[in-house]
Amino acid sequence: MSQEKQTVYVSKDLYEKVKKYIQEQGTFNTVDELVEFMLNELLDQSVNETMSKEDEEKVKDRLKRLGYM
Amino acid sequence: MVSKPHGGKLIDRTRIGKSLERLQEDAENMLKISISEGRAYDVENIAHGVYSPLEGFMGYNDYISVLKNMRLENDIPWTIPIILDVDNKCIASIKEGDEVVLNYNNINMAILRIEEIYSWDKKEYAYYIYKTKSDEHPGVEKIYNRKDKIISGPITLLRDIPEIYENVRLFPKDTRVLFEHLNMKNIAAFQTRNAPHMGHEYVMKAALTFVDGLFINPLLGWKKKGDFIDDVIVNSYKTLLVNYFQKDSYVFSILRMEMNYAGPKEAIHHAIVRKNFGATHIIIGRDHAGVGNYYDPYEAWKIFEEFPDLGITPLFIREAFYCKKCKTMTNEKICPHSEDDRVRISGTQIRNMIMKGERPSEYIMRPEVVDVILSYKNPFF
Ligand SMILES: [Zn+2]
Repeated sequence: MSQEKQTVYVSKDLYEKVKKYIQEQGTFNTVDELVEFMLNELLDQSVNETMSKEDEEKVKDRLKRLGYM
Repeated sequence: MVSKPHGGKLIDRTRIGKSLERLQEDAENMLKISISEGRAYDVENIAHGVYSPLEGFMGYNDYISVLKNMRLENDIPWTIPIILDVDNKCIASIKEGDEVVLNYNNINMAILRIEEIYSWDKKEYAYYIYKTKSDEHPGVEKIYNRKDKIISGPITLLRDIPEIYENVRLFPKDTRVLFEHLNMKNIAAFQTRNAPHMGHEYVMKAALTFVDGLFINPLLGWKKKGDFIDDVIVNSYKTLLVNYFQKDSYVFSILRMEMNYAGPKEAIHHAIVRKNFGATHIIIGRDHAGVGNYYDPYEAWKIFEEFPDLGITPLFIREAFYCKKCKTMTNEKICPHSEDDRVRISGTQIRNMIMKGERPSEYIMRPEVVDVILSYKNPFF
């Protein structure tokens, strides 16, 4: 992944809350790190949908043949 | 929703059709490197996405990072190095950039494009992964017996090795479709390498109470003396499941992967692997993947605190026993009675009874399961 950075704006209140959360939690070092992690998580939600219909049918045929379906 | 694959993408290093045929032909003329059974399983697991996000055997930076930080170089959690060892003689005939064939039992399994050739310090490996350098530890002994050099790089699968349990062997691609078909959104994985006793059943059902489905995924492969043979594990589970579980509440399939007995680090590894199959939870018992007294009994629970970004939730379930006063299977957190009222279940005790031809009681093991085990002349390795 490219390490080049872009600026994103969030409300100051939210920023301060997140900063406090990070200090208490200790998992992330900076707000940027947490935001990047969460956005990645959000985008990754759709990964399971990458299998084509055709591939899925092939898998289903196999599962039927093996008696799982 | 089933877990997303570790690292975000399910790896597929298999080929089909013309492209596969061409690679299989090309491979005939490439240098062949013989690999062990354990590495052959690794090849299949990489190719079928069981080890996602790995696309091949680890290079030096990932290796060191896993050893010392329990993460890949890109910060994704990973606790057991997946490395390919070769001998010094082999190194003489290869160089970085070469393509070689990984051959197991005269089967050309995969093509490896060599990215790096490096050395490893096995004592350092033992210290970080097993917390001991003693070769009394079965995992450490296995490491010391491996070859001295490491080669790394992406692999492409040419063919799987023949599988006698083919009809109960699923890969992540399969389970992900199956879980969805069965409408399972929360799935608890259960790791085992035993024939099931009442304690195992209790733990699985305790988990099942809170999730949509169970994914029972026994490891088959390398054994210690006294372990149940593969056939006993598979058939005793089939019997238990048919007789004592709701039909659409579980998926049973085997996994070819070596056991390392690395305790806490292996617990994380087991979790990552099951996440790739789509499991959202994994049952972690007392002394998970431990051996002897090398690890504190609850170390395998504690280590999960270091991985808030693991992407699969551990279910810490205590060991079960039968209580004569409670008149049920229970555990220390629930039962207030004394040790005198408790029938503890131990694998060693079950093994000793079976060796003597005795039947473990119904408090210890289901009679149908006992029947399966006793139908084998020698159920142990
Ligand atoms: Zn009790």
